[in-house]
Amino acid sequence: MYAFDIERPSTIADAVTALQGEDAQALGGGQTLIPTLKQRLAAPSKLVSLSGIGEMQGVCVGDDGAVCIGGATTHATVSREAAAHYPGLAALASHIGDPAVRNRGTIGGSLANNDPAACYPAAALASGATIVTNNREIAADDYFQGMFATALDEGEVITEVRFPVPQAANYQKFLQPASRFALVGVFVAKYADGVRVAVTGASENGVFRWAEAEAAFSADFSASALDGLTVDADGMIADLHGSGAYRAHLVSVNTKRAVEAAS
Amino acid sequence: MPKDSGIGASPKRREDLRFLTGAGKYTDDINIHGQTYVHFLRADVAHATINSIDTSAAAAMPGVVHIFTGADFEAVGGIPCGWQVTDRFGEPMQEPKHPVIAHGTIRHVGEIVAAVVGETLEQARDAAEAIVLDLTEKPAVIDMKAAAADGSTKVHDDLTSNICYDWGFVEENRDAVDQAIKDAAHVTTLELVNNRLVANPMEPRVAVGEYSRSDDMHTLHTTSQNPHVIRLLMGAFVLGIPEHKLRVVAPDVGGGFGTKIFHYAEEAFCTFAAKAVNRPVKWTSTRSEAFMSDAHGRDHVTKIELAMDADNNFTALRTETYANMGAYLSTFASSVPTWLHGTLMAGNYKTPLIYVNVKAMFTNTVPVDAYRGAGRPEATFQLERVIDKAARERGVDPIALRRQNFVTEFPYATPVAVEYDTGDYEATMAKLEEIADIGGFAARRTESEKNGKLRGLGVNCYIEACGIAPSNLVGQLGARAGLYDAATVRVNATGSISVMVGAHSHGQGHETSFPQVISEMIGIPEDQIDIVHGDTSKIPFGMGTYGSRSLAVCGSAMVRAAEKVINKAKKIAAHLLEASDADIELKDGQFSVAGTDKSVAWGDVTLAAYVPHNYPLEDIEPGLEETAFYDPANFTYPAGAYACEVEVDPDTGKVTIERFSAADDFGNVINPMIVSGQVHGGIAQGVGQALLENCAYDEDGQLISASYMDYAMPRADDLPFYTVDHSCQTPCTHNPLGVKGCGEAGAIGSPPSVVNAVVDALQSGGKNVTHIDMPLTPSRVWDAMNNA
Repeated sequence: MYAFDIERPSTIADAVTALQGEDAQALGGGQTLIPTLKQRLAAPSKLVSLSGIGEMQGVCVGDDGAVCIGGATTHATVSREAAAHYPGLAALASHIGDPAVRNRGTIGGSLANNDPAACYPAAALASGATIVTNNREIAADDYFQGMFATALDEGEVITEVRFPVPQAANYQKFLQPASRFALVGVFVAKYADGVRVAVTGASENGVFRWAEAEAAFSADFSASALDGLTVDADGMIADLHGSGAYRAHLVSVNTKRAVEAAS
Repeated sequence: MPKDSGIGASPKRREDLRFLTGAGKYTDDINIHGQTYVHFLRADVAHATINSIDTSAAAAMPGVVHIFTGADFEAVGGIPCGWQVTDRFGEPMQEPKHPVIAHGTIRHVGEIVAAVVGETLEQARDAAEAIVLDLTEKPAVIDMKAAAADGSTKVHDDLTSNICYDWGFVEENRDAVDQAIKDAAHVTTLELVNNRLVANPMEPRVAVGEYSRSDDMHTLHTTSQNPHVIRLLMGAFVLGIPEHKLRVVAPDVGGGFGTKIFHYAEEAFCTFAAKAVNRPVKWTSTRSEAFMSDAHGRDHVTKIELAMDADNNFTALRTETYANMGAYLSTFASSVPTWLHGTLMAGNYKTPLIYVNVKAMFTNTVPVDAYRGAGRPEATFQLERVIDKAARERGVDPIALRRQNFVTEFPYATPVAVEYDTGDYEATMAKLEEIADIGGFAARRTESEKNGKLRGLGVNCYIEACGIAPSNLVGQLGARAGLYDAATVRVNATGSISVMVGAHSHGQGHETSFPQVISEMIGIPEDQIDIVHGDTSKIPFGMGTYGSRSLAVCGSAMVRAAEKVINKAKKIAAHLLEASDADIELKDGQFSVAGTDKSVAWGDVTLAAYVPHNYPLEDIEPGLEETAFYDPANFTYPAGAYACEVEVDPDTGKVTIERFSAADDFGNVINPMIVSGQVHGGIAQGVGQALLENCAYDEDGQLISASYMDYAMPRADDLPFYTVDHSCQTPCTHNPLGVKGCGEAGAIGSPPSVVNAVVDALQSGGKNVTHIDMPLTPSRVWDAMNNA
């Protein structure tokens, strides 16, 4: 990697200040950024580590019942501490990457990076989560803006993510055989006012909601409600690991399985 | 009662204590005072003319010691190929120069274009970014059939075409095979791809070159399976360093799988550069570099035709293969699709007529060479797949069809030039039926169907020729080296023993299994015996470890040397016991006079050899150390039968291996635990090839599976618990231990059974799928199901 400075602030305010420097880059768990640096594919002048900020750590339940997760909370912590409150989300966290990834990688890092095959974007979008930053709150529907693109401004830090807790939810991930990222992942969440379905891994535009499936499930929350519904293969990712048609097919399969497994 | 020591016992691997506690000493652990680091600037295009390389700015950067380009290596030789294949017209193969650093032309992504030697690795890397290349890109030659066509862009302008050789075997059989196929009652045809693989040993390659001006001594520390081969190839052919001025050391090596047999440009570079800059030069491959510079494996495109008479007896076999050589000929590249492939096409069957045609192709890709099994998996895969297809077409049981055509009498001379000394294919098949519970399959299939899954059973046989190889034979076939091995048994004064062996252990457990043999012969505890390997300054000139040869060839040398030691020790004992040496017996570490109670211990005899006060100095030299070289009379022919059961998820195409059973005949077995481990590892790599691994290039010659993000290695949860058995033993008839070889069997024997099982599963679900090319990824299986 190229040489850089590193700061490890202990408050959000200090982190935001540190990130104002030119070519400064926030560092979450480093599960994407560090390999990128090692390949010399990025050259930040300064890394600002968010892992020492106490107020960005941990899981709690808000007054409105939402599960609130600090932006610097690792997947392993979420899998443990959210289990009693939002088991579908905890289960997703417990299957991201491998133990090393789960003990370093953070929810804020994952959402800020918005890898089109990452798991957390599906949970956030399907849960109608709120992405809380150092200066505003962003609805998940407004936050995800395409592959690796988000509503975050330069230097803006995800401090917390708030997940309304659904009546039932499940995440089904079909693994890309090499990376074990989601070849296609579908998160289904059933709320009192309707069902939300979010798909990761499949689309060239990153995570998306499948409106037809949501409408069908809101009327009838069962796998058979999906009969005859498919997503268009156009716009699906096609690569070494599967065609667009295959990914579109897996969206249906995973969605049905998620509804069947939702609890 | 299992033995607890000697031949047939399973002591735990003594080397694992250091490997599992982080105490192994690998090449990257070697750091020498004053050492520099090299960063290789590698091509990021597949094919280009190098118009100029401007290193001036880079040379001025901090920490740069020296920058080398192809021009610096004009005066030295190219990286040699160790095997000259003669084509079917009697002409030698086309053999382009393989420069240490690209000179004038870039021929594959990853080829070295310049080398920056720096005080630190980061400084070298910084400077490499400042090198300015002026390139003119050329079309990349990737597809082998297109490469063979007239008018194709040539990988090497100085060759007549991209065809390295067009090999026919046995050429005299060509017309007879054609006729037999015309006349056959039934011909089954299959076109298939044997997918290109990257070996991916856990330890990447490393080279540290060192030069001592005071005595003109070169030392290369390197990750090699065969340090003497590297010394021979690099010293004699590339750099012109005589053997006594070149030491090659391969310490602990973290897996090779064939890819660390070959002599690589980076080794020659570090050795050359260490003298040029008069400081040690170190290179440690990154994983990314490994993907684009370690020799790849397999990559055959094949059409096979199996002819049968009306009673389903095999009458003839014809195969036509395009074999990828990559951009240059790696050390054994030319031998893999020919002598390690064509000679195995008879398999376990008495097919009377066989013709094998192989066109070896140059392409703008990384060189392709031996990978675990090397040619034999390619032969086995096509043969066992076409037999399975034939059984389906003829409506007969695939096991019965195989049995009907088994070779049953030994020795058996195949129509493809090898003679199987011994075997019992019926025995391994019967054992397989037992351990795989073939009889219970139908019930298991019903159970799977209840769960919405398609279950399939795939069976195959395999035979391999290993224990490589009789030198006079391979010499006739074009090998440019002998393939004997050597061992020195050095008995120390107090009776402990050091055995210096030409074989190299990089996962095989030689440090445990070789002493078991000596312990059995002499009757002293295994912990009194150590194995020394991996350093040309310490070991005799043996040829290293590959082709499942260590025990069959080097182990035989060790036995011969130990026999010499024992014979001499008996003479010493006879003197001490005042008896005739013909009457001396050695048992349990005691020499005794037959029919008497007179005896002397091993340690007393060895002490006498080194403190020869009461010693027949007029008849026998003092000391007790013997060397033997062993050249095998034939290959050894391990064989067996494998069964795989899969479940296929019809919704997604995902294949899960539910059961895997292997019945192998390895002849006599020294350490059953180690042999099982070798089979386990081999099956993991075979399953990896069958289901997961795929080294893919795009049409521009970019490697699109260039990291673990896209190249799928088998993981523990991809594999079932195996049932392996090696109780069927027909000992090799021509080596002193009666051993065959077990290192490659799992990788050779497993891919066809996996594919056979998946096809069987899909057929059971009403899908008329007859073949899917490996790897059988979920998307490929799903595509096949939906196009059927």
